Amino acid sequence: MNAIGKPGFDVARIRADFPILAEKVRGRDLVFLDSAASAQKPRVVIDAMVHAMEHQYANVHRGLHWMSERTTEAYEAVRDATAELLNAPDRSHIIITYSSTAAINLVAQSYGRGILKPGQAVVISEMEHHANLVPWQMLRDAHGIELRIAPITDAGELDMAGFEALLVDGKVGLVSITHMSNVLGTYTPAERIVQLAHQYGAKAMLDGSQSVVHRRIDVQALDVDFFAFTGHKLYGPTGIGILYAKRELQDAMPPLFGGGDMIRSVSFERSTWNDAPYKFEAGTPAILEGIGLKAAIDYVQAVGFDAIAAHERALTEHALSKLSAIEGVRVIGRAQDRGGVLSFTVEGAHAHDVATLLDRQGIAVRAGHHCAEPLMRRLGLDSTSRASFGIYTTMAEVDALADALVRIKGFFS
Amino acid sequence: MFDDLRDLYQDAIMQRGRAPRHGTRLAAYDAEARGDNPMCGDRVHVFVRHEGDVVAELGFEARGCAISIASADLMAEAVAGQSHARIAEIAEAVERAVRTGVLDDPALEGLRPLAAVHAAKSRLKCATLPWGALKSALEGSVRS
Repeated sequence: MNAIGKPGFDVARIRADFPILAEKVRGRDLVFLDSAASAQKPRVVIDAMVHAMEHQYANVHRGLHWMSERTTEAYEAVRDATAELLNAPDRSHIIITYSSTAAINLVAQSYGRGILKPGQAVVISEMEHHANLVPWQMLRDAHGIELRIAPITDAGELDMAGFEALLVDGKVGLVSITHMSNVLGTYTPAERIVQLAHQYGAKAMLDGSQSVVHRRIDVQALDVDFFAFTGHKLYGPTGIGILYAKRELQDAMPPLFGGGDMIRSVSFERSTWNDAPYKFEAGTPAILEGIGLKAAIDYVQAVGFDAIAAHERALTEHALSKLSAIEGVRVIGRAQDRGGVLSFTVEGAHAHDVATLLDRQGIAVRAGHHCAEPLMRRLGLDSTSRASFGIYTTMAEVDALADALVRIKGFFS
Repeated sequence: MFDDLRDLYQDAIMQRGRAPRHGTRLAAYDAEARGDNPMCGDRVHVFVRHEGDVVAELGFEARGCAISIASADLMAEAVAGQSHARIAEIAEAVERAVRTGVLDDPALEGLRPLAAVHAAKSRLKCATLPWGALKSALEGSVRS
């Protein structure tokens, strides 16, 4: 029995769906507060992947035999599930990649080199993950694109006036902004970002790696042009990511990788491309991972984003109040709209020492710069510890974190 | 109360990490090098003064965790009065100690707290960071 189909939100039932949560770490119950790095997997995801390997596996798209047809159907179902998850107009808007990073690089290299012209600009923000920074630096250096950095406020929110100021000269061809900071937990005002980008003639991309886990996404309501996310943070497997891209943009964009599956016909003289989205999907795809991600999407959809969002909002509020009450513990960022990702520092203790001491008490957090070095510099920090919550996180786990931090404070004083 | 935390964060590590005895730039030095760990932003700058062929004195400036600073501080004492060849042996013994948990050179008793880092695999680089900087400093100096 799993949590699907049960009325209300019962975290104990959810937890029972995740086998790893029964594991002990150093003889204690695992308190896993590192879901923003990678989330744990529910039984339905594990079973779907094992079932495929045991009963229904062959290469996809080209086989003329029963196994290939059935596997193709199971794999392609992730495209439909994703279209529904994001409220895309139809499945052809969904490009399957290998990660968020691969999705962003696809836009940088295909849209960036194929459509943007040297002299045009791309806007990102000060609170991007390296995955939404480095691809644009590479594009800048290879293709003569200007890279502009939208400022954030001291509260850790996007500075909308500063953002708009970067757009007014009309040189910006594309805006690519995180939808939720992996360090601060800040949600950015996606609708307004897209609106402003369009107003000044730019396309808009959102890095939804964090946000898609916690909130219902509606790409049509946002009118966003590109939306990237990854499977493994959404309780699915690693090795698979998604790029939502408006179909008319896909049609204009050149393919990035050449190979099998992305072609219509090939001769030594020339090749013609398959239709979008397949022209962006060269080579045998992540078949098992697609099947796993489909199961993960079905799982979160069945639990429901209203319930997920409410649960995580309660956890975040509880954590903010517990952590803020500990003298010497400082939560980084004061964004109005924030989700279940909290970075903090402990006075007198380095983030890595804090993380190790938490680990000694069975509590898994991340520490370091969180793949966002420029943001750390902007905040005047070298590193922070970060606790992040998932669908299975409990209030008791937040309390355990707060209690452990009190101990660590004592240890260092 | 903190017994479960003490295996790694022994008193020696905590005290040295908080108040290192050698955590200053030497007034006079003839070799120096920086080391950093981009994963966590830890930085150490090592200063060495030689007398003849041996390291007479080592000081450092560091920003980092308790383990990296304690390691630098214990290093300063372990290498004072030693030749480059002996320091290379000591550094190798430290490397083995943090990897295996066993300090196999009885002459290096003062470095024993570092062997406990073995229990936290993700922290090995914190302990070895100052030793890498010292190696660079000695390679950059004219003596060898």
